Amino acid sequence: MAGLPADDVLAERLRSGDDDTFALLLDGWSGGMLRVARSFVSTEESAAEVVQETWLAVIEGIERFEGRSSLKTWVYRILTNTAKRRGTREHKVVPMSSVDDSGPTVDPSRFRPAGDPFPGHWWDFPPAWPSPEQGLLSGEVRDRLAKALAELPERQRLVVVLRDVEGRPYDEVCELLGITAANQRVLLHRARAFLRGKLEEYYRERS
Amino acid sequence: MSDLDCREFVELVTSYLEGSMDAQAEQDFVDHLALCDGCERYLDQMRRTSESLAELPGDSIATDARSALLDAFRSRRG
Ligand SMILES: [Zn+2]
Repeated sequence: MAGLPADDVLAERLRSGDDDTFALLLDGWSGGMLRVARSFVSTEESAAEVVQETWLAVIEGIERFEGRSSLKTWVYRILTNTAKRRGTREHKVVPMSSVDDSGPTVDPSRFRPAGDPFPGHWWDFPPAWPSPEQGLLSGEVRDRLAKALAELPERQRLVVVLRDVEGRPYDEVCELLGITAANQRVLLHRARAFLRGKLEEYYRERS
Repeated sequence: MSDLDCREFVELVTSYLEGSMDAQAEQDFVDHLALCDGCERYLDQMRRTSESLAELPGDSIATDARSALLDAFRSRRG
């Protein structure tokens, strides 16, 4: 959402009851918030309620926004706290503390084995993808990506959704999910590698 | 080629893109990249994957929820 006024201006307008500004944020941010909420709770309905509850808390609590983070960060903090509480109540707990995701992210059989003159090097390079002008993000590619996102383990999905889909900065994602930078990097890497693999499959089928 | 092989390179791509490598590791990474078309392609595809995700459309909030929230805003703040 380019063209939004600065955070202190936005906050002041919300405090003074400017409903156009509220509608602008509601329409601009709710879609992403729904996607994030959905990674924490079990159903679409729950996710919608989490977003609803978050906006109500924003309406009530905008006085407490002090501008020490961005407004969006502040809203996302309320969102993730609300979603976590809700997820716990639904007994859907996303474990955040341990990195159990290990092992290579690319099939080891794609590399030459020990004893080969070029051990650890590609047998065959990854196949080239059509250039973006040929429509990288056709509807079909979008569907594939959305489906592949849903297949990811929850922690990986949360990190890649916040970072790549929602474009949140890495320090905010550490704070929101209560994970270290190193942990976040591992989860993000595994998620992106998995999604890259799905796109490769898609382009391979089509060529 | 540097000591880094392709199997190791692919696991470092995100650290590289995040700018979180120390100087020596980054130098090894860039040295490998300069000489290996396969890894250059892999890096580019990881970057494109990440960028494509930013283009996924979001759902929108249900109309009745939207108007309920606008009402709540007006009655609390108006
Ligand atoms: Zn290589």
